[in-house]
Amino acid sequence: MNDNNAISVSGLVKTFGRTRALDGLDLSMREGEVHGFLGPNGAGKTTTLRVLLGLIRVDSGEARLLGGDPWREAVQLHRRLAYVPGDVTLWPGLTGGEVIDLLGRMRGGLDPKRRADLLERFELDPKKKCRTYSKGNRQKVALIAALASDAELLLLDEPTSGLDPLMEAQFRKCVEDEREHGRTVLLSSHILSEVEALCDRVTIIRDGRAVDSGTLSELRHLTRTSISAELARMPSGLDGLPGVHDLDVVGNRVHCQVDNPALDGVLRHLTSFGVRSLISQPPTLEDLFLRHYENAQRAGRADWAGAER
Amino acid sequence: MKSLAGTGALVRLILRRDRIVMPLWVVVLALTPVSVASTLADLYPTVAERQAYTDILTGNPAFLALYGPVFGSSIGALTAWRLTGTVVLVGLASLLTVVRHTRAEEEAGRGELLGATVVGRQAPLFAALIVTFSANLLLAALVAVGLVGFGLPAVGSAALGISWAALGWTFAAVAAVAAQVTEGARAARGIAITVLGLCFLLRAAGDAGKRDWLSWLSPVGWSQHMRPFADERWWVFALFAALVAVLVAAAYTLSARRDLGAGLMPPQPGPAAASPWLRSPLVLAWRLQRGSLLAWTFGLALVGAMLGSIAQGAVEVVGGNPQLRGVIEQLGSSSELADVYFAAVMGLLGLVASGYAIGAALRLRSEEASGRVEPVLAAAVSRTRWATSHLFFALAGPAVVLAAAGLTAGLTYGLSAGDVGRDLPRVLAAAAAQLPAVWVLAGIAAALFGLVPRFATSVGWGALAACALLEELGRPLQLSKRVLDLSPFAHVPKLPGDDVSAVPLVWLVVVAAALVAAGLLAFRRRDVL
Repeated sequence: MNDNNAISVSGLVKTFGRTRALDGLDLSMREGEVHGFLGPNGAGKTTTLRVLLGLIRVDSGEARLLGGDPWREAVQLHRRLAYVPGDVTLWPGLTGGEVIDLLGRMRGGLDPKRRADLLERFELDPKKKCRTYSKGNRQKVALIAALASDAELLLLDEPTSGLDPLMEAQFRKCVEDEREHGRTVLLSSHILSEVEALCDRVTIIRDGRAVDSGTLSELRHLTRTSISAELARMPSGLDGLPGVHDLDVVGNRVHCQVDNPALDGVLRHLTSFGVRSLISQPPTLEDLFLRHYENAQRAGRADWAGAER
Repeated sequence: MKSLAGTGALVRLILRRDRIVMPLWVVVLALTPVSVASTLADLYPTVAERQAYTDILTGNPAFLALYGPVFGSSIGALTAWRLTGTVVLVGLASLLTVVRHTRAEEEAGRGELLGATVVGRQAPLFAALIVTFSANLLLAALVAVGLVGFGLPAVGSAALGISWAALGWTFAAVAAVAAQVTEGARAARGIAITVLGLCFLLRAAGDAGKRDWLSWLSPVGWSQHMRPFADERWWVFALFAALVAVLVAAAYTLSARRDLGAGLMPPQPGPAAASPWLRSPLVLAWRLQRGSLLAWTFGLALVGAMLGSIAQGAVEVVGGNPQLRGVIEQLGSSSELADVYFAAVMGLLGLVASGYAIGAALRLRSEEASGRVEPVLAAAVSRTRWATSHLFFALAGPAVVLAAAGLTAGLTYGLSAGDVGRDLPRVLAAAAAQLPAVWVLAGIAAALFGLVPRFATSVGWGALAACALLEELGRPLQLSKRVLDLSPFAHVPKLPGDDVSAVPLVWLVVVAAALVAAGLLAFRRRDVL
C-alpha cells in the first residue's frame, strides 16, 4: 500500500448480523485530491467513513488513514482530520456557536477569522440553541466546525443534505477553496452534479463494493457518447458500424450512442453524408452511475432466473 | 372531535412499542399484594400474633413515616399498610409511560412524522393517557382478583386495587401536564417525579408528626386514606377523580395552545461563542449533567431536611405509645429509636441516590444512541476519556447528593433534638455509608453500557427496581438471605448505631471498580453503534 495516499483501503468486510454492509471494499485516495464517494442509499458509504474514523472495527481487510491505523491510532489521526456526519445531531441545550468552538477545540483549535467568515457565508445565527435549529442549520454547524479547522483531511458524509440551493453553492465554493489550499477531501454523496462539479476522482460503490474508480475522464472513456446529427442526405450503413448503439434514423436526422473508442470511425462515416449540425454529449456521471446500477440489477435478475432454474 | 382523530392507531402503536415493558410492570406490581398477604398469613396466622407484629412495626419511627399508621390487624389491612410505599412505584411507572409517549416522541422528532398523518393535535396525548389509564385499571383488576383468590374480602381487595389505579391515573395526568410545559422529555420527567416525591414526603411528614391535614394534601396520602380492609372510605375516590379531571383538562388546554415540539417558554438565545472553559469532554459532560446534578442535590437536601425535622416527632409519637413501652425498652433509649429511624431512612435515600447515579451513567448510552458521541469521538478524544468524563458524574455526583441529604437531615434533627455536634456527624456518616452500594449500581450501568449497549438502559433501571423491591419487600416476603444479599444495600452497615466494619464496604468498592473497568474495557473494543 502506498503511504502517500491519504486513504487506502483494501478488501474491507463488515457485517452487522446478517447484513453485509461492506463486502470487500477497495478505496484509495491521494493527498490533495477531492475524491467523490458515490453510491445509492445503503451502499455502505457511511459504514466506510465510520471505519475510517475508528468508530467501528472491520471483520477483515485493511484500512490506512493518513499513514496510520484508524482503529488503533484514532486520537492522533483525528487531530489531522475533520468530519461532518451525514445525520447531524447536536446537544439541544448548547448554542450553535458553542458547538462549533467545542468541536474545534477538542480537535486541536480552529481559526477564529475563518469561523467568522463561514458564519457569514452560511448565514448561521450562532446564538440559537441547537434544539431550535432546522436540519439544514444543524448541517451548517457541523460544516462550519469542520471547515474552520486546519485539518489536512476533510471527511464529509452527504454534507449538503438539508441545505438550500444557495447554501449548496456556498458549500461548493468552500470546497473549491479547500482544494486550492491543498486540503484532501473525501466527499460522500449521492448527488451526482455535486460530485461532478467538485471531484477530481470518483469511486462508485454499490452493495459494499467499489464497482468503479478513477478520474471522470477515465470513467467516461469506458462508456458512450451521445450523438445527434442532421445530415445533407439520408445516411446508410450506420447500423453495420462497430460500437453504434440505440440507432434512431428519421429522414436526415440521426441519433445514436457510440462507444468512445469507435467515435472516430462513426464521425468519418457521418461526414461522408454531409454534416449540417452535430451535437455530441459526453456521458454525465448520472449515465455512468445508472449504467452500473442497471447492469447490477440485470445481473441480479439473471442470478435470480438462474436460481429458479 | 377532529383533534382526536387517529387516537386508535396511536394506541395500537403504543401497545406495540411497550409490548414488553408494560406487561412487565403491571404483572410485577400486581403480584406484590398477593405475595405480601400470603407471607403475612404464613407468619402470623392468629390475630394475637398479628397484633404483636403490628406493635413491633409501629415501634419503629421510620416505619411510621414511611408507611403511615396501621388501620387494622386483619391480613388485608396489614397488607395494605405494608404496601403504602410500593404504591409510589405505580405512580412512577405511570408517569414514565406518559412522558415516553408524548414529550419524548416530540423531542425525538417522531411526533412530527406522526403529526403529518391523519392524527389530531390532541391524539398523542390522549392515546398515551388511554393506554396508561387502562394499564392501571388492569393492574387494579389483577390486584383485586389475586387478593380475592387468596381469600381476602372482595370489597377490601377492590378498594386496594382502586387506590393503586387512582394513584397511577393521578400521576399519569401530572406527567401529561409536565409534558406540555417543558421542551425536553428529561425535564418533564424531572418535574413529574419531583411532584411524586413531594407528595410522598407530605404524607410521611403528616403521619410522622400526627398532622393528618398534611397527608390529606397529598394524593399518595389519599390512597392510604381509602383504608382498604378497614372500613373503606369510597368517597376519597371522588378526590382522585376530581384531581385527574382538572389535570387532564389543564394538559388539554396547554397542549391546544402550544406548537408541536415547543414548550410554554419561548426559547432564549445563548452565547455566540463558547466560554474558554468549554474545551474538553469533561466540561461538556458538566454542561450536560449540571442541571440534573443541581436539581438532585437541591431536591435531596430538601428531602433530608424534611426527614430530619420529622424524626424527633416520630420518635416521640412512638415513644409516647403506652402499648409500645415494652418494645421500646427492648430497643433502649429514645436516641436509639432515632438511630433505627435514620438507618431505615438513609437506606431509602441510598436507593434514591442510585437513581441519580444510574441516570448519570446511562447518559453515555443516550449520547451514543442519539449520535451525539460521533462528532466528539471524531475529534482528538479517546473513548476512555469521553466515557470517564460522564462516569465521573455517576460516581462523584451521588457523593454530593448524599452529602447534601445527610447534612440537612443531621442539621435539622440535631436542632430539634438539641445536640447538633453529636447528631450531625452521625447522620452524615449514615448517608455516606450508602455510597459504596450506590457505586455498585453505577458500575452495573457502566458495565452494561460497555458490554450490552442496546439493553443498558432497560436492564440498568431494572437493576435499580430489583434492588428497591428486595429492600422494600424482601424481608416481609421471607426471601432467603442469599437472594437478599444480591442487593448491594444488604451489605451496608445500619448506621447510625451499628458497628462499622470496613470489610463489606471495601468489597462493595472493589466490585464497583471492577464493573466500571469492565465497562470501559468493553467499550474500547466494541463498535460505536
